[in-house]
Amino acid sequence: MGLVTPGFGLIFWTTLSFLIVLFLLRKMAWGPILKSLKEREDSIEGALQSAEKAKEEMEKLQSSNEALLREARDERDLLLKEARATKDAIVGEAKLKAKEEADRIISEARTAIENEKMAAITELKAEVANISLDIAEKLLRKELSGDAGQQELVDNMLSKVKLN
Amino acid sequence: MEKRSLQAFRVGVLSLLFSLIFNLGSFASSEETKKSFDPGETIMHHVMDAHEIHITKGVHIPLPCIVKAKNGFDLFSFSSFKKNESLGYLTYTSGSTGNTYFYEHGHIYLLDSEKGVMTDETGSILNEAPYDISITKNVAGMFLGIVIMFLIFLTVAKSYKTRVGKAPKGIQSLMEPLILFVRDEIAKPSIGHGYERFMPFLLTIFFFIWILNMLGLIPFLGGMNVTGNIGVTMVLALFTFVITSVNAKKGYWMHIVAPPGVPLWLLPIMVPIEILGVFSKPIVLMLRLFANITAGHIVLLSFASLIFIFAEANGPAAGFGVSIVSVAFSVFMNFLELLVAFLQAYVFTLLSALYFGMATEEAH
Repeated sequence: MGLVTPGFGLIFWTTLSFLIVLFLLRKMAWGPILKSLKEREDSIEGALQSAEKAKEEMEKLQSSNEALLREARDERDLLLKEARATKDAIVGEAKLKAKEEADRIISEARTAIENEKMAAITELKAEVANISLDIAEKLLRKELSGDAGQQELVDNMLSKVKLN
Repeated sequence: MEKRSLQAFRVGVLSLLFSLIFNLGSFASSEETKKSFDPGETIMHHVMDAHEIHITKGVHIPLPCIVKAKNGFDLFSFSSFKKNESLGYLTYTSGSTGNTYFYEHGHIYLLDSEKGVMTDETGSILNEAPYDISITKNVAGMFLGIVIMFLIFLTVAKSYKTRVGKAPKGIQSLMEPLILFVRDEIAKPSIGHGYERFMPFLLTIFFFIWILNMLGLIPFLGGMNVTGNIGVTMVLALFTFVITSVNAKKGYWMHIVAPPGVPLWLLPIMVPIEILGVFSKPIVLMLRLFANITAGHIVLLSFASLIFIFAEANGPAAGFGVSIVSVAFSVFMNFLELLVAFLQAYVFTLLSALYFGMATEEAH
């Protein structure tokens, strides 16, 4: 029976010492131990999270880098295209202008030639008239130096005149 | 052939030594009284509390006796008890209170000045017993366990302070998995939200039980059986009971007086059962630890006692022969008891945590 009869002294000492142990260990051991364990776990958790974040950021950076590169390439292409267009436009305009200029010069030249030609013709005509008059004068002088000649002329002219 | 017998002899001697280690108290007491060997008495003597630590034959460490009678406290060493030839008991007369105490079977009684020792017909003593808060074998063992706990955990706590953010080292790395085990495998799943509040108690009770369980397995310590004492387990279970009841929320009590989802006609049966359950939980905790540890001690001692039973009945040679088997079984039992020491600490802590979890569960 003694085996299952709790002794008063042992109950007293167990209660007292367990309470003291619980109180002291809570204050001096469990508190600091659990706190440091939690802190360590938190710091590991934090480190893992920040590593994950860094990885994500790296990826983001990489993708943004790529985007930037792509953008740069696109812009370069655009610039090239624009430059080409500008060049084409300039060249086209220049050609057009040159053609216009050429046309103008040609037409001006043509006009000038025409004018010159007309002037030359007019002059030639006047000269021809003068020469003809001279010839005619000389011919007349020669022809009309005799009476026969003068008569013939008059006859001739009269024959052409129609009297109606 | 000769070599082999020598070997057998060696094994026998070694076994005897081992058995002696497990069975010191019994051997000594049987020698002292010159009686025939009584294993039952020996084993009971071992597993029960005592006022002295029995190291080996004739070597006792007397422990301080503290008693409170009606007229005051008395503090004296157990060695002050002297054999009183006329009474046949150990007696001691205190100088300060004038009380005379006598000792019988692990109990201190007050000697009646007129009637002396009074007994009833079955031989049990009727004398008044003073309040006995002596530092008994188990109390001393408990103190030793507590000192070990403080040595270990103050060192560990210091390591955590000095080695902030570093990997655990030394005893710290030995204890950390156990602390994490209590936290992550016992407290968190059983209690859930708000488990932190119960951690100091759970850790204390886990290591208290475990260390004391293992102390009981160490030979030459007088075979202390602290956690195998019903008084100790009763107090531990009471702590669990009190903490459960103090922290219990409305849902816990409602579950007892009005179990949800139970038909009305079942309530007269259910409510008494639930109320019984509140008290049976700590009682079961108390009995399980007590029975497991005491049983382990008894089995170990029984194996050792076998040697002496056989030696007494069939001569020393039989004792040597049996010792081989006995020691083999003792070794096996010791390993098993090491497991049980941990297991019972775990079970007690786990069940305490489960009860806390039930008590603090939010009503659903």
